[in-house]
Amino acid sequence: MSTHDESTVRAEARAWLQAHWDPRLSLIEWRSLLADAGWGMPHWPQAWYGRDLPVALNPAIEEEFDAIGAVGVARIGIRLLAAATLLEHGSDLHKQRFLKRILTGEDTWCQLFSEPGSGSDLAGVTTRADFNGERWLVNGQKLWTTSAHHAEWALLLARTDWDLPKHQGLSFFIIDMHQRGIEVQPLKQMNGHASFNQVFFTDAEIAPENQVGAIGDGWTIAMTTLAHERRGADALRRWGRASTRAGRIYDEERAEIATVMEPYKWYPQRAGRVDLVLPRARATGRINDATVRQEIARLLMLSQSAEWLAHRARHAQELGRPEGPEGSLGKLAGSHVARAAAHVHTLISGADAMLAGADGALGGVIAEILLSVPATSIAGGTDEIQRNIIAERVLDLPREPRLDGGPFRDVPRNPPRPR
Amino acid sequence: MRFAFTDEQEQFRAIVRRFLRERAPITAVRQQMATTGGFDRGLWQQLNDELGLAGVHLPEAVGGQGFGFVELGIVLEELGRALTCAPYFATAVLAAEALLQVASADEQRALLPAIASGQRIATLAWVEADGRWDVAATTLTATPTAGGPVLDGRKKFVLDGVTADLVLVVARAPGSSGEDGISLCAVDAPCSGLDRRALATIDTTRRQAELVFERVPARLLGTLGGAAAALTRTLDRAAVALACEMTGGARALLASAVEYAKLRMQFGRPIGSFQAIKHKCAELLLEVELAGAAANYAAAAIAEDDPQVPALAALAKAVASDAYMHTAAECIQIHGGIGFTWDHDTQLWYKRAKSSEVMFGDASYQRERYMQLVEATA
Repeated sequence: MSTHDESTVRAEARAWLQAHWDPRLSLIEWRSLLADAGWGMPHWPQAWYGRDLPVALNPAIEEEFDAIGAVGVARIGIRLLAAATLLEHGSDLHKQRFLKRILTGEDTWCQLFSEPGSGSDLAGVTTRADFNGERWLVNGQKLWTTSAHHAEWALLLARTDWDLPKHQGLSFFIIDMHQRGIEVQPLKQMNGHASFNQVFFTDAEIAPENQVGAIGDGWTIAMTTLAHERRGADALRRWGRASTRAGRIYDEERAEIATVMEPYKWYPQRAGRVDLVLPRARATGRINDATVRQEIARLLMLSQSAEWLAHRARHAQELGRPEGPEGSLGKLAGSHVARAAAHVHTLISGADAMLAGADGALGGVIAEILLSVPATSIAGGTDEIQRNIIAERVLDLPREPRLDGGPFRDVPRNPPRPR
Repeated sequence: MRFAFTDEQEQFRAIVRRFLRERAPITAVRQQMATTGGFDRGLWQQLNDELGLAGVHLPEAVGGQGFGFVELGIVLEELGRALTCAPYFATAVLAAEALLQVASADEQRALLPAIASGQRIATLAWVEADGRWDVAATTLTATPTAGGPVLDGRKKFVLDGVTADLVLVVARAPGSSGEDGISLCAVDAPCSGLDRRALATIDTTRRQAELVFERVPARLLGTLGGAAAALTRTLDRAAVALACEMTGGARALLASAVEYAKLRMQFGRPIGSFQAIKHKCAELLLEVELAGAAANYAAAAIAEDDPQVPALAALAKAVASDAYMHTAAECIQIHGGIGFTWDHDTQLWYKRAKSSEVMFGDASYQRERYMQLVEATA
């Protein structure tokens, strides 16, 4: 029976790292050692590459990694959502086959949930999986799929029963992305980046053992994945920073981080870059304009208050008070901040706000802000959905009458999007 | 405590809230706002005898409870929620804070005990007819004589100015200008040479007065001519206190709007099931929570003597001004026609919101002040 006090765990981690860390190993060799010892994901179960330690000890263990300069397991990107989902709902076979290759970084994953016809209403997916007696055949289209172009595997939410009500007819699968029935195309956004893909399925195949959970459990399992996605947003920022040390294993890690983080490089601009406002206002002299000053102050005050509100929610969680739909308040506040920031950047830049790239303000960064901010109030749940969640779950206001009950077959839905 | 209240603070809040709900319901508010004095002396005595509220943040040495600004903020939030008619803000915030900031230890020992116990109602006469909130705008003069300063001039917008037993007056030395020559003087009221006239206010739950001083003998507090900086600190603290009170009022309004939206049926559904209404409520909740986070943070910063207090005060007051006023307007809108009637209680909070929006400087004023403070520290 091991104790979970921080100094003991630190000492154990340090001892193991001192005995095993070897920067001459390849990234995969090292991570394989790490996964088997359970130090890569210490909060995972002992039976599956973890040590059953409380998640609260992770920062201490990471400090030990940093101290010795050791590289960790692959923790960024969609693959970790896949791992979390499989740990919770996968069979032993899934865990054996997929978890370790996720941790070593050999496999990347993507998440095939959203569709052209179902954005806010995710449970309305119409990509279908039909069993032909031997295997599942998938037909349909997915959208907003990050990393689909280099993923080995994917989590798929598909409809397996059209006669059941919307949420009950969905099932969850693992699908091999390297097959003839799958076509991946980049999706170019209005800001010029192509961080997402659209994925087309024509009789794509899934082996029966790659069904996750029971038929009809798709919605519940997808909710697990999405809950991990929300929780993982902070970790992504931390783990997305590469070490500056020299050496082959660090080069390999840096290359991996560059690939995985590539789609996210415009995300700071999407949030509005409030940090640039005062320096830009001073540099342009617009800080002396009374109207601009009012708008700058309005933005800084909003952004500051939103930070305090987020701190308060986190602090309440630390005190053991339950995590509620208050997260929706933070998401909504972020949209307001981003929009206000785009407005202020426009005021500050004046005519230059019409220009992009090298001609644009701050070498095009301002233009990228102006063209990325509209995504903030859509991605990860639109403002309208957040307002519904706040109104219904925090304020306890009555739900809107629904028109999507009964067999899904009869529910009005969007026509297929032409290719 | 910048981000969450302790369990003890939450218990204290619950006690104050229950007291006000039982002893000062909105029916009592309506009664008091129709009287000449504007508040119930019996209730004021109970607030102080039973809960010691006027001295909540004052040191125990002067009869206070020895808590800090965060607890004062909690009291104000609850008073704002209940819209209690009482000379609390004038006495416990403006006068007490002015004494704490400006007066000498001996003067504090002489004057604060009667404030902490609620025995004397006190106020701060600051602003004049031009409505400027900066101390440099003072024109009322304090002429030094052998028997102490003699006051001449006018003060306006003086909270509870007619009922106050002790009036602290911001005055300047004859011939001085700007922030030089500013002193704080004490006058026991009523007294000869002091004419007090109640002003007709939008918000009748909080009284204001115009005070005319003609050769009124006064006592100097603190140092002669050197009170400007301490008074500016007083105003920062008053702005944070008001922001706390305002978030309480905004929370009361939002709760009332949400409650009504659940009950009011139109087109065969509760109006709260329409997204037009529920989205409005969700946005208001965000705005009120943001204002609450800012006010609590600023109050905690005062308790910890944070040098950022002036900027935080401007921020908290600006955010609270916009949030309270917006919530008040939308609360009427959600109630529809009934919300515009005299008999409906929303109008009472709306009037307090409007009055508080302007007091100590509105949101635009605070935003400009914030920018000046941010630039000064850059």
